[in-house]
Amino acid sequence: MDRQLHDGDIAMRDLDGTKGAATAGESETAGPPPRLSALGWARWAWRVLTSMRTALILLFLLAVGAIPGSMLPQTTVSEEQVRDFYVDHPDLAPWLDHLSLFDVYSSPWYAAIYLLLFVSLTGCVIPRALAHYRAMRARPPRTPRNLDRMPYSARFTSTAEPRTVLDEARGLLTRYRVDTREDSVAAERGHLRETGNVVFHLALLALLLALAAGAFLGYRGNMLVVEGDGFANTLPSYDSFDPGIAVNDNELQPFSFTVESMDVEFIQEGNFGGQAESYTADLTYREAPDAPEERHELEVNEPLSVDGAQVYLLGHGYAPEFRVTNAEGDVVFDQPVPFLSRDEATFTSDGVVKVPDAGDEQLGFSAVFLPSASESPEGELVSDFPAPRDPVVTLEGYKGDLGMDSGRAQSVYQLYTEDMESMGESPALSPGDTWTLPDGAGTITFTGYSDYASLQVNSDPARLPALVAASAAVLGLVATLFVRPRRVWVRARPDGNGRTVVEVAGLSKTEGAGTAADFHTLAVRLRDRLRERTTVDTATKE
Amino acid sequence: MTHAFAATAAAGSLASFSDGLIVATIVAYAVGLFLFAIEAAYGRREPLRSDDRFPAKAAASSSTVDKGADKGDDGDDFTARGVADDIAVSVRDTGPQSYVSTHAVGRVALAVTSLGFLLNLAQIVSRGIAADRWPWGNMFEFVVAISLCGVGAFLYAAFRHNARYLGMFVLIPVVLLLGIGVKWLYTETGPVIPALDSYWIAIHVTAAIIASGAFTVSGAATVTYLVAYRTEIKRAAGERVTGIAAALPSSGLLDQLAHRFVLFAFPIWTFAVIAGAVWADEAWGRFWGWDPKEVWSFITWVVYAAYLHARATAGWRGPKAAWIALAGLACLLFNFFGVNYLFSGLHSYA
Repeated sequence: MDRQLHDGDIAMRDLDGTKGAATAGESETAGPPPRLSALGWARWAWRVLTSMRTALILLFLLAVGAIPGSMLPQTTVSEEQVRDFYVDHPDLAPWLDHLSLFDVYSSPWYAAIYLLLFVSLTGCVIPRALAHYRAMRARPPRTPRNLDRMPYSARFTSTAEPRTVLDEARGLLTRYRVDTREDSVAAERGHLRETGNVVFHLALLALLLALAAGAFLGYRGNMLVVEGDGFANTLPSYDSFDPGIAVNDNELQPFSFTVESMDVEFIQEGNFGGQAESYTADLTYREAPDAPEERHELEVNEPLSVDGAQVYLLGHGYAPEFRVTNAEGDVVFDQPVPFLSRDEATFTSDGVVKVPDAGDEQLGFSAVFLPSASESPEGELVSDFPAPRDPVVTLEGYKGDLGMDSGRAQSVYQLYTEDMESMGESPALSPGDTWTLPDGAGTITFTGYSDYASLQVNSDPARLPALVAASAAVLGLVATLFVRPRRVWVRARPDGNGRTVVEVAGLSKTEGAGTAADFHTLAVRLRDRLRERTTVDTATKE
Repeated sequence: MTHAFAATAAAGSLASFSDGLIVATIVAYAVGLFLFAIEAAYGRREPLRSDDRFPAKAAASSSTVDKGADKGDDGDDFTARGVADDIAVSVRDTGPQSYVSTHAVGRVALAVTSLGFLLNLAQIVSRGIAADRWPWGNMFEFVVAISLCGVGAFLYAAFRHNARYLGMFVLIPVVLLLGIGVKWLYTETGPVIPALDSYWIAIHVTAAIIASGAFTVSGAATVTYLVAYRTEIKRAAGERVTGIAAALPSSGLLDQLAHRFVLFAFPIWTFAVIAGAVWADEAWGRFWGWDPKEVWSFITWVVYAAYLHARATAGWRGPKAAWIALAGLACLLFNFFGVNYLFSGLHSYA
């Protein structure tokens, strides 16, 4: 793709430009009207695809194609938002879906753009890399006949022998590749620029491959774990699981952990009151069932790395605990239930309690948890702070058939009340309070609450390769943008009168200031060295 | 921990001191802008002294180069021949001589702008101390830091490359940005959300801010370039050009300057995106998730990459490449303002 990233590499660019134009012109004018064979078409297509113009157009398409993905909700980012979009725009959404606009970055058309771009890039970079390899091994170019046509040239005479002049010149050109011809020295440096260019583009290819490998071999899963509960890395433990194509669900890494405690701190007062200050989950974990137990303090920017997978703390929530007794007085339910928060500012949370084994009739409750209950000016019960200053639960009870045996998949956060009968609403319950259900259906007690951690497990074997490729790209980029290739020639010839004519010439292959000054410094240093040397020589002779 | 924010009076007064400094900064920049405009409009056209070009340097070191006096044998307009350090020297292609509008007021403008830069720096430092954290955690702080980097880049160009004539074009967006920042983006000094509480904020955001500053200056130079380019076409067509447009330096020089700032900013932007990916991997559990901010930094990157390629391709150099650079700047600005206010994403902490 980088045909000519060289900053103002005028000589080279124009040469290439005219050469390209010339060959194109020849093939058009030579002989009878062109009739391309299949191979001819293929070569034509390849040339067009690997041309700079095509690469530029593909780059633009890559940029433009990315835009809809930032404007429309994406399934990869949030399926919920896509569902909301369907509800808001029922006519438009299916059309957008046909164009994969809810999944832009894995859509066929976006893949077509970047694959074409990378083919174009490969077709350009590989030949360039080979040419560069040859150039690096070749001798520096022969000294031109007329050095004074170079952008910088200088001429002075010296009493030193031509051989001595060339020796001194070699001594000065320490950071150059130097090649001595009959009466001159040719030197060049700055191959790192083109090396960087090739490295940068190959690193981009490697990055794409790493991303692809990650999508095949990696997986990601989310779950909520209540304080005190454990988690084993198996498929059923996840609330949602998103595996790559090549992932075997039955052979996930065998680690396990327990959330010993979950600690959340909020800023208590002031303008920023209610903003979360820190989340911390205290974990004990085992890399394998027979491995020793270790501890890790999980924080937002401190994931746990275990056996090639990362465990992240995404957030927290409240899990109110309920004890339910049925009509006979037997305890049929006694556990914490994770609730989902409506908003970060108040942490008002919603949840559902399903009691399928209550006896003749199943029980269900939809509940609201208010961590800091207070009365709003309108007299409603609301939460005014995210921390549990005065936790209160209100319930709405149902009895009948929960529909869990119907075979239809159910969300644990939703109560399906089609076959249920309402039992009314409970009063506001504080921890320890019991609501006695009407008609002797039983009781429900709000026994307390726990925090839960919202966690994500990520396994992406391509993380490190991707980082290495990206770092290589940056290094290559820096080299290709800042290394300045230069050539220097020094020629020494006797002038016939016992003195030596020394010519110094320099050519910078990039635009940019200061190069002539550098070449001049080199010429002056050479002259001064020769002077020193000849005075020493004459002194020893005398 | 019960954390009562801004409890200490000292931190509170430091915060208000910092708020006072931002007003002083804007005033200094606005005065600088005004003076630069006077220089551009009423100055005399003088040859641009660019001391890193060889002939001028050689002349300064007590030798003589009669540049341009002896035109090259092959009709080369820009061959300078002469004697420097007792060596016969010929330098070809030193570039065209450029003229800029110069006025005594320009030096004052530069001094005032430098003062504004120091005030700007002091504002950032005092706000960082008052909040007891790295001072770029919200939009207001980004705007102030980007202004600092933009003006810093301009001051570097002014002192190193004699590019004082850019002052007006850099300070217009800077004053606008700061105005927007104070009027609409202002946030009280305070702590950041847990996800931003990481040493990566110093790496990722700093790189993004430096790159944004340099891109902004490059954008200012690009706009100047387009104006100068048009002026040159008009002049070539025999039209008379007056006003500030007539006083601009040669378009080639401006193009080079704009390009140099992109060269500087592009690798830093690349690094900023990668550092952001590493941080995202640590904080959010994935290194790339097509969050709107990520998408738009990617788009910005691609557009500037296209600019660098276009500028080195025959048929795309000049104004065409310049428009691509401006498209890149537009993406950068959209990423900053548009994404934070139009879309909801993980980067929405406006």
